[in-house]
Amino acid sequence: MKALVHVTLKADVLDPQGKAIAHACAALGHGAVEGVRQGKLFEIEISAPDEAAARGVAAEVSEKLLANPVIEDYAILRIEP
Amino acid sequence: MLSVIQFPGSNDDRDTRFALKSVLACDAELIWHKQGELPAGTSGVVIPGGFSYGDYLRCGAMARYSPVMAAVRRFADAGGPVLGICNGFQVLCESGLLPGALIRNHHLHFVCQRVHVRVEQALAPFTSRSRAGAVLRLPIKHGEGAYFASPELLGRLEAEGRVLLRYCDADGNVSPASNPNGSLGNVAGLLNQAGNVMGLMPHPEHAVEADFGGRDGRAILGSLVDAVTGGHS
Repeated sequence: MKALVHVTLKADVLDPQGKAIAHACAALGHGAVEGVRQGKLFEIEISAPDEAAARGVAAEVSEKLLANPVIEDYAILRIEP
Repeated sequence: MLSVIQFPGSNDDRDTRFALKSVLACDAELIWHKQGELPAGTSGVVIPGGFSYGDYLRCGAMARYSPVMAAVRRFADAGGPVLGICNGFQVLCESGLLPGALIRNHHLHFVCQRVHVRVEQALAPFTSRSRAGAVLRLPIKHGEGAYFASPELLGRLEAEGRVLLRYCDADGNVSPASNPNGSLGNVAGLLNQAGNVMGLMPHPEHAVEADFGGRDGRAILGSLVDAVTGGHS
């Protein structure tokens, strides 16, 4: 199975990279872009008997490794067969 | 004996050993991260700067799970002094041995320059050779050195006097202009609650000889040496 995990900076953490990307969007002529927050997407291959088990593994590695809870949140977007 | 931890990607490990051993005359050895135990006789630990594991995922995130870190945690829990420099500071934050996190510099640039830091307290085992209010000139070189903590945590750190070093100007004035990376509270160096674990972004090991960037780094490393040898020079 495959888990898709999205890691984002918490709302109160400054994201200078996102800011720079937003500036670049404006420079491209897309003044409609009002803000960008940059995150990370992890595609994790998991050998598990069912979705619940795969979700459990994804949650554990997210909490222990993929996200730093001081500055980041994570969301398991979906589990694919 | 001071154990200097060596991860794949550490690059200030040898300079740190040189500063401790050849300049400050304290026994110091490089300890490979795969070792599950610190050598017997370890009286202090230094986690040096560099790019452990290529800074993959987040700075310090992978090093946290190296076998040696469990031993470093036991050592710290038992009250042993642990100093993390630059990437070592990041590793200590990722490990939870120090609170908060170090994030991308607010201006996105890698900074490589000499800065001034103000010593907020003269305390063993890390700043006893200095004095409160002293200004040290030390090099920094990092891309992810902006100290971040929630407002509550930062308030607690300030109230408990755990900010040991702050970015300042040559006269010791702390201001946004003297902040090279966007660190909250101009934090450059920090203590854990028990007072035996310190992290700092500046590099004291690169400032131990007059002809090579000054000697202000001795105020930090020399304090650690004094603490583990019981001496003072």
